[in-house]
Amino acid sequence: MAQAPDTPLAPGALEHELEQADSRSRWLLSLPAIVIITLFATAPLLVMVLYSFLTPGDYGNVIWKFSTEGWTNVLMQRDIFDDTLIWADAHLSIFWRSVKLSLITTLLTLIFGLPTAWFVATRPKGQRELWLFLVTVPFWTNLLVRTIAIQELIRAEGVINNVLIFLHIIDEPIQMMFTDFAIGFGMTYVYLPLMVLPVYAAVEKLDFRLVEAAHDLYASRWTAFRRIILPMIKPGIIAGSILVFIPCLGAYVTPRVLGGGKNLMFGNLIELQFGAGRNWPLGAALSFTLMAIVMVALVYYVRLTSREEKTDV
Amino acid sequence: MKRLFAAASVLAMAAAAASAEELNLYNWGNYTNPELLEKFEKETGIKVIVTDFDSNDTALAKVKAGGHGYDLVVPSAGYVPIWIKEGLLAESRPDQMENFKNMDPMWVNVDWDPGRHYTVPWQWGTTGVAVNTKYYDGDIDTSAIFLDPPEELKGKINVVPEMGDVMGLAIMYYGGQPCTSDKEILKKVHAGLMEAKKSWLSMDYGNIEKFAKEDLWAGVNWNGSTFRMRLENPAVHYGYPKEGYVVWMDSVALLKDAKNPEAGKKFMNFIMEPENAALISKFARYANGIKGSEEFMPEDMKTAREIVIPEELKSAGRFLPTCPPEVQKLYTRIWTDLQK
Amino acid sequence: MSDTVPPRHPARGYSVRSLPGFSIVALFTVATLYAPILILVAYSFNSGTSLAVWEGFSLRWYVQAAQNGEVIDAAIRSLYLALTAAGIATVAATMAALATTRTRRFPGKTMIYALINQPLMVPEIVTAVALLIVFAWIKVATGYTSMIYLIAAHTAFCIPFAYLPIRARLETMDNTLETAARDLYAPPMKVFLRVTLPQIWPGIIAGMMLAFVISMDDVVITEFVKSAGQDTIPTYMLGQLRRVVTPEVNAISTVILAAGAILVSLFFWISRERR
Repeated sequence: MAQAPDTPLAPGALEHELEQADSRSRWLLSLPAIVIITLFATAPLLVMVLYSFLTPGDYGNVIWKFSTEGWTNVLMQRDIFDDTLIWADAHLSIFWRSVKLSLITTLLTLIFGLPTAWFVATRPKGQRELWLFLVTVPFWTNLLVRTIAIQELIRAEGVINNVLIFLHIIDEPIQMMFTDFAIGFGMTYVYLPLMVLPVYAAVEKLDFRLVEAAHDLYASRWTAFRRIILPMIKPGIIAGSILVFIPCLGAYVTPRVLGGGKNLMFGNLIELQFGAGRNWPLGAALSFTLMAIVMVALVYYVRLTSREEKTDV
Repeated sequence: MKRLFAAASVLAMAAAAASAEELNLYNWGNYTNPELLEKFEKETGIKVIVTDFDSNDTALAKVKAGGHGYDLVVPSAGYVPIWIKEGLLAESRPDQMENFKNMDPMWVNVDWDPGRHYTVPWQWGTTGVAVNTKYYDGDIDTSAIFLDPPEELKGKINVVPEMGDVMGLAIMYYGGQPCTSDKEILKKVHAGLMEAKKSWLSMDYGNIEKFAKEDLWAGVNWNGSTFRMRLENPAVHYGYPKEGYVVWMDSVALLKDAKNPEAGKKFMNFIMEPENAALISKFARYANGIKGSEEFMPEDMKTAREIVIPEELKSAGRFLPTCPPEVQKLYTRIWTDLQK
Repeated sequence: MSDTVPPRHPARGYSVRSLPGFSIVALFTVATLYAPILILVAYSFNSGTSLAVWEGFSLRWYVQAAQNGEVIDAAIRSLYLALTAAGIATVAATMAALATTRTRRFPGKTMIYALINQPLMVPEIVTAVALLIVFAWIKVATGYTSMIYLIAAHTAFCIPFAYLPIRARLETMDNTLETAARDLYAPPMKVFLRVTLPQIWPGIIAGMMLAFVISMDDVVITEFVKSAGQDTIPTYMLGQLRRVVTPEVNAISTVILAAGAILVSLFFWISRERR
């Protein structure tokens, strides 16, 4: 952008130049993150894109021969017995199960996580970090050990049942293990910090003067919450929902241990192809299908929420 | 911050220790007795570093990719031919080693490594059924326990989520041979499993506690694991399905790109010593395939039904061979369908 | 951040900071978080081999864990890996968050955002297998197999976890303080250190803790990337899954928890002294 020194600047050129300098420095600032992720997460993925178009090797891995079978098998498969082409209904029902579980878990973590984050963020300064640590310390232990401990809590002769019987609230132990309740409880437990921390970061900086102003204008608590607080902490809630929902889709240790593992989750299905199934191209194709769906849902979600913001403000 | 430094200095120390002779063993998790490694280090001055894997497929994929740094690996029998075919193993000739004389003859001419040119037995065991006899006192030496369960056991059954083992047991129950591609039999297997699943409570690992506490009453299980269950709850017993049960063996093999092949061979020879083989068994509770190791075994293992196969049921045991890829694909489909 | 006196409105009879029921739900949640942890700690003192059958008090598993070099090394390795990866990821994520918020659309902004969140979208096993292939090429070519591969892989998937809370904090942050400082000719670095950083600090802490927790729990990627002698606690546990899970790991977890608790107390004690 070499301007001759004596040429008068076109109107807006200076702004344009400043803008360019600004976006350059912003790129520079993002560079470390971009480089690390490109090298160690995105580039390897390209290898997998390639793999999804190859032929499965006899004992895992791939043979360098082009094939689209991995992709067609995501939706259509030959019937095991009579060889006709049919819908891969197993894949679809497993996918739907994972989506359902992820939605429920996201909702539950929000129901319990929002008040927790709010509570922590409204402690006096200096106590907040302590509470934050209190919330995260349980997660310093291993996921599996934690899940086994949860199982001990809810088993027939477990702690909850024994306490309830002791208090004469129930007479017979409730069957909780291997139920949907167990999976929901376990998943909410495991993913809670992913909701609490982003929401906390948003609530903590909430300007309570605005809420006060609302009160001064005789807004009810609910109105103030809906119209003032919620829009302001929304970025935190969105971040938390993304962080919970997406990893949930691939989760399988917790549903297996607490749910009994009779049904596969999408994460298991993909893993099966890279393991005993020895069909890496199908595994890769299934993963990219999942990614594409998540991406579309995410773009839609972000669009939707940002449009709301525009009409709100 | 301090902890970071402490951790860093420990790692630095570990790196310094690396100058001593080292042997890298890539083994199943919780499978290697630390006492065994201590004894080996004392005798040879070689430090053994164990790294864990959790499935044959992961181990194979990792070693095949290269750059792993392991010297020895412990694959299961069905996988050994793949390892050899892929050119990953060195021909270490255990049959010419000094302690080979201790090897039980029944394990010398095995299908997956005839004459033992590549591998030395680590441990072997069986996959059968575990039943709590307090709740069911009928015949337990049958796969009907989980495929056609008696009324008493319904809803309290667990099946380990191991595709190979479960498919193998089911195929043999319906009259086929492992790795069969006979569609008629597979149809029966598919329908049978789908129907039986309705009576299962779970498909999970690590059930010793659940059997001990009687949350589970029956299921597909490994012999050593059932042995531990019985120690915690005497009512749990192990059955060898007479229609056919799965025998498996994990064997130590030297990798072609091992950094320290001599130490690897020393270790292979070392574990063929009865006393040392007994140390392996003492830890993971499975048999080992070395003659004379019995006398060093813990008392409770010498006569346990889980470890010593009853004579009349010996012939029903089968090794699972490596299935051809097309067959494997069919099995994966049935397995996925079962859990959809 | 509002540093005003906690606003109480006695006239209206309630504080704007408390929402009905929130404290109860929060305390219930925190208590529930600790219930399994108490069980976990309790069973680390079990004299039996079981995680479910109580057979009496003993320190047996602590002794056994202390003698088991494999577990101790794995625990130290886990902590070292999580601290390093979370540290690097947080710095990179903070910079990226500063760059991508409080600005109008600039060329590539959406791309940066998408790229940073990319590790979240991919099922772990795919990243794991992809990294296995790529890192194996490098390992074979260079013959170099240190922890650096694990650190790189962990840092990459930790970045989005650190980035999102920091970004959420920055997104609606008030710019007036910074503008004021700049108007008073404070140098940019000083503005950042004295004005911006204190304001986003809680977001950074939250992001780093998340990254730490995520790294501590990762099993699939670690399993595929690790070289000989690089087991972490999660991969060690994974190996146990099919055999027997003994209270040994409970003992190790308890020690890590205790170390964490001591570290946190020290941290607060020191920061209080300074104040």
